Amino acid sequence: MSQQSALAVTTQNALSNAPRIPDSWGHKHLLGLEHLTASEITLILDYAEFLHAATLNGRSKLDLLKGRTIANLFFENSTRTKNSFSLAAKRLGADTVEFSSSGSSVAKGETFIDTAKTIEAMLVDAVVVRHSSPGTPHMLSNHLACSVINAGDGPHEHPTQGLLDMLTIRQHRGSLAGLTVALVGDIAHSRTARSNIWGLLKLGAKVIVCGPATLVSKNWEKLGVEVSYSLDKILPRCDVLNLLRIQFERQAIRPFPSVHEYTLLYAMNQERIRRSKPEILIMAPGPINRGVELTPEVADGPHSVILEQVTNGIAIRMATLWLLLGVNAQYPALPTSNV
Amino acid sequence: MHSIQHFPLPTYDFVMHPDSSWLIENARLVDPMSGLDRIARLFVLNGCFAGIDTTDGDLPDHLQRVDASGCIVGPGLVDLSTEFGEPGREEDETIVTGTTAALAGGYTAIALSSNTDPPIDTAASVEFIRQKGARADNCRVYALGCVSKGQNGESLAEIGSLVEAGAVALSDGPRAIENTALLRRALEYCGMFDRVVFDHPEIGSLSRGGVMHEGLEQLKLGLSPIPAEAEDLATSRDLRLIEATGGRLHLTSISTSGSVELCRRAKARGIQFTSGIFVANTHMCDEQMRSFDANCKVNPPLRSQDHIDACVEGLRDGTIDIISSGHRPCSLEKKMMEIDAAPFGMIALETALAQVVTFLIRPGILTWPDAFRKMSLNPAKLLGQSGGTLAIGKPADFVIVAHEKQWKVDATALQSKSYNTPLNGSELFGLVASTFVAGRRRWTVNSIPFRREP
Repeated sequence: MSQQSALAVTTQNALSNAPRIPDSWGHKHLLGLEHLTASEITLILDYAEFLHAATLNGRSKLDLLKGRTIANLFFENSTRTKNSFSLAAKRLGADTVEFSSSGSSVAKGETFIDTAKTIEAMLVDAVVVRHSSPGTPHMLSNHLACSVINAGDGPHEHPTQGLLDMLTIRQHRGSLAGLTVALVGDIAHSRTARSNIWGLLKLGAKVIVCGPATLVSKNWEKLGVEVSYSLDKILPRCDVLNLLRIQFERQAIRPFPSVHEYTLLYAMNQERIRRSKPEILIMAPGPINRGVELTPEVADGPHSVILEQVTNGIAIRMATLWLLLGVNAQYPALPTSNV
Repeated sequence: MHSIQHFPLPTYDFVMHPDSSWLIENARLVDPMSGLDRIARLFVLNGCFAGIDTTDGDLPDHLQRVDASGCIVGPGLVDLSTEFGEPGREEDETIVTGTTAALAGGYTAIALSSNTDPPIDTAASVEFIRQKGARADNCRVYALGCVSKGQNGESLAEIGSLVEAGAVALSDGPRAIENTALLRRALEYCGMFDRVVFDHPEIGSLSRGGVMHEGLEQLKLGLSPIPAEAEDLATSRDLRLIEATGGRLHLTSISTSGSVELCRRAKARGIQFTSGIFVANTHMCDEQMRSFDANCKVNPPLRSQDHIDACVEGLRDGTIDIISSGHRPCSLEKKMMEIDAAPFGMIALETALAQVVTFLIRPGILTWPDAFRKMSLNPAKLLGQSGGTLAIGKPADFVIVAHEKQWKVDATALQSKSYNTPLNGSELFGLVASTFVAGRRRWTVNSIPFRREP
């Protein structure tokens, strides 16, 4: 593959040694990881690695989705996820249209469904949607004819983030089964945490959620997740730490006394690295608050795979777009004005 | 009660109609007041109940006969928790559309929420509701007055004027009376007029911003929580205030195991109050939120199954006195907003009885006399109004229910102006065949202009 000229990579030969897609794969939307099976998740991870290699590690483009249009519909600010989806679409030859709209339906005077229908009427094949309210992509999937990809719905799910986290771990450890992965920080408001929990449990990892009791519900235990309030206690057992950002913007009453106290209890620093397993992986979904969840020495240190996560994000999103739009090569019906 | 003055309750002078004499034959008559529950014939003369098993010789010539074989006939339903949008939010429901929906659901009287724009906090606005209700000429319409001025929760509304204008009870619903000092004063003050204060038990500082019941489902969905203890604490506070003031209070909408247990203990200790539940909370569970259907966003929120089970037990053992519709229409565009922004509420007047039949009567939790007691007799008594019985001499407000009939809920075919019911598409048992108000048949599934066929 690497000897070929980038322009010569066509749909036909690009897919000649692609992972096999089982007949049971029939998904039109990617709304979350809760309702995917372990083999479906593995398929997306495999495809991500395959497409990453097929695009010469991101240095060339394929024309798998030529003529298709992907709309980024972001009701909440984002730079990395939006650009990651755009790049993924472009590397597969699709066109993209960016649509940012801040504020709620109430503030705008237009429901988000109408906003999305307007975009869909421009004949797009998929809408990548981010919104501060859980369930928004699910509601859109009921109202739109095109594919809907959840790029984060409030604290609910962020499936491509969960997938890229798992891909990063798998690349370093070969498999997720049997690994102990701790999600640290603001679990209550984290969509990354939820998507990780579903995905990791399905792929056989042990999951620990760790953070202040005000942000970590005991109810997680009912799903087979270990709940801990002490990073220092769980640290020696962890293979992976995923340090979640404190979402100050989603908290009405600050759930811990001060950032200072939080960093004392939960920030990953050099001293804690010394008490960890030697091969521990440090991950963060970003944007990171340096000095809050982790110190710069750790973020930039040898255990950190934070930037690999970003690179893997594009691969995961290419796989997602191809598996939703490319496999079942039927174009969606024209949108109708029915509710 | 320390009444200083007698305020007569408003009366409704429904014009005597020539067609208000009936003989309802072959039906199972259920009267929760007398305990009657058997197949008999019901004689209605000039708008009032005139006899049961009246012999042919005693019947006048001009009455109309209805064969109600296979049906149940009971007193018309009376609702304490109905909200329309008039005045101010006519896009949700008007008094005309809402009272038509009430008739279609078997309700012959409704107490309308004061939650309008502007709220019903003046004598003039009470008068407006009563006139609009009379003009609609569907079911009986009673006005609830505000407890606080502008429903602001700060200072008492002019309750004396509201009562004199005809307010049957005082309510800030669906808002909770959060200010404890205000609730205490309201209980004392309303006692002078022998009127009941309604409270929706909720401590806002625990539930504000919440969308659904706090628990495992909520944790999975990432929606903001409404914890059960936000209701438990308010219930506890309210019960203590009733004891302290001797005031009359109705808890409009309990939904937690904690509330049920608190009410059970309070009743055992002899505290006088009534507790109500919205029909949705008797059988709909928080797992329904998985659909992210904004029509499932209601307050009290759909709770987890353990709370529903506790509420059902409370209904069975009499801890919960009243089942209300909790009818709260929201126009389509409001429920098309993201779930965080969409308003609370579902329409229920037209499905409430069928919900009770399907989920409480058929499984053997309630009997038909129980159901009519909780949906008709108890609310009528609380308001001090007629209704809730088939007793001779009383206004003939009654309903004929084809209780074995199964029907499919089609939100667009309902009489309500709004469609916000998560039951759309559900198959329910129990169809309201006819509704009579003061002896006039105001709803029947066969007659024009009503569309639904039996």
